[in-house]
Amino acid sequence: MIAIVDYGVGNLFSLRCSLESLGLKAEVSSVPDVIRNADRVILPGVGAFGDAADKLRETGLDQVVIEQAEAGKPLLGICLGMQLLFDKSYEFGEHAGLGLLHGQVIPMQGTIPAGLKIPQMGWNALLVKRSHPLLKNVREGDCVYFVHSYYASDCEDSLVATTEYGIELTAVAANGNVMGCQFHPEKSGKVGLGILSAFAEIKT
Amino acid sequence: MITKRIIPCLDVRNGRVVKGVNFEGLNDVADPVRLAAQYSAEGADELVFYDITATYEGRTLFTDVLRSVAEQIFIPMTVGGGINTVEDFDRVLKCGADKVSVNSGAIRNPGLISEAAIKYGSQCVVLSADVKRVDGVFRVFSHGGRIDTGMEALEWIRQGVSLGAGEVVVNSIDTDGVKQGFDLKMLNAVTSIVDVPVIASGGAGEIRDFVTLFTEVPDVDAGLAASIFHFQEVKIPDLKEVLHRSGINMRIV
Repeated sequence: MIAIVDYGVGNLFSLRCSLESLGLKAEVSSVPDVIRNADRVILPGVGAFGDAADKLRETGLDQVVIEQAEAGKPLLGICLGMQLLFDKSYEFGEHAGLGLLHGQVIPMQGTIPAGLKIPQMGWNALLVKRSHPLLKNVREGDCVYFVHSYYASDCEDSLVATTEYGIELTAVAANGNVMGCQFHPEKSGKVGLGILSAFAEIKT
Repeated sequence: MITKRIIPCLDVRNGRVVKGVNFEGLNDVADPVRLAAQYSAEGADELVFYDITATYEGRTLFTDVLRSVAEQIFIPMTVGGGINTVEDFDRVLKCGADKVSVNSGAIRNPGLISEAAIKYGSQCVVLSADVKRVDGVFRVFSHGGRIDTGMEALEWIRQGVSLGAGEVVVNSIDTDGVKQGFDLKMLNAVTSIVDVPVIASGGAGEIRDFVTLFTEVPDVDAGLAASIFHFQEVKIPDLKEVLHRSGINMRIV
């Protein structure tokens, strides 16, 4: 069973349906023991980093996620959920993340060329930097769906794939059992489903 | 680099997609889930669903349709029609919508845009504007394009974006249904005043119209159409192939 961590941000309906469409058992839950008993954990998220990090801490689920990641369970952060895996973010101030991946989340404003719209909203191609089991179904040039205004930087040690939006932005990061996608695999058609199914097959 | 988006629009009444009037003058309908699945498989980058029912029963059928689509189709989905309150946002987001488009509801109460943007984020709020030239000025119309609000369209769109709309759909009443191409002048006027994504709607009749759109209005992000896709006058794979060959960045599936 895959636990989708529900800490009160975002709409988890599509994510659950996408996993179920692959024949996977998925449960949206805020109950620590459900997350502890799952084979794998997905940390979703939309909205602002600070709010989401606060909610994750208020519910105590930050510790559950960290404990499960440290126990070696496959963990996938999606969109803001991926950003939360990093050390810190500079979205409206400075906020600490979970520190499961090294690096920081910084604004596109000022780092991407002027004239490009922020957020990056739409389909963009993945540029794979190193092979990783999460991307085993991804082919060169496959597009995925992004909606974001911030991105993970200074994360060379975990960088798996980027996408080009004026500059190369971190699209996939992974370190051992801890993985993250900046884009929404549950909204990225067949390519996205291929990534979710690869996640479900990663050895525990 | 980010790709330009092709978006089929599905009008839903009483749980069925209303394709429009066919060559025999009959009001043709289709199963929304089947049509959405077909468009997704063909490479549509996003789907827009408009609720064109006015009854309570119709509204319930509409949310049932959304839920069934979201259970089976995994590309972004924008929902509009009858969105007047934040509760309406909540109702369709729970059924799997990613973005919600506001039109007359926001004209009546512009605060709806900011309220929804604060609650769900700007990326979730789409301002849809029906625009028509009146005495040489772009004006906003409400109620499905029937009522002249008297408001200047560019001013309204600028205001909507500053209130928190994260995307704008510009539907030109002047070119809608004429099938002679998108309203390039209107779209250029809009893209020059806002820095959020702009979706062009109204006027597409053939593949060439999309090539012209993305070439002549480089800052437009997406082209939206309905009947030409429903009646297969333009097939999405053919359209994307031609656009790709014309040097427009496309997602090819």
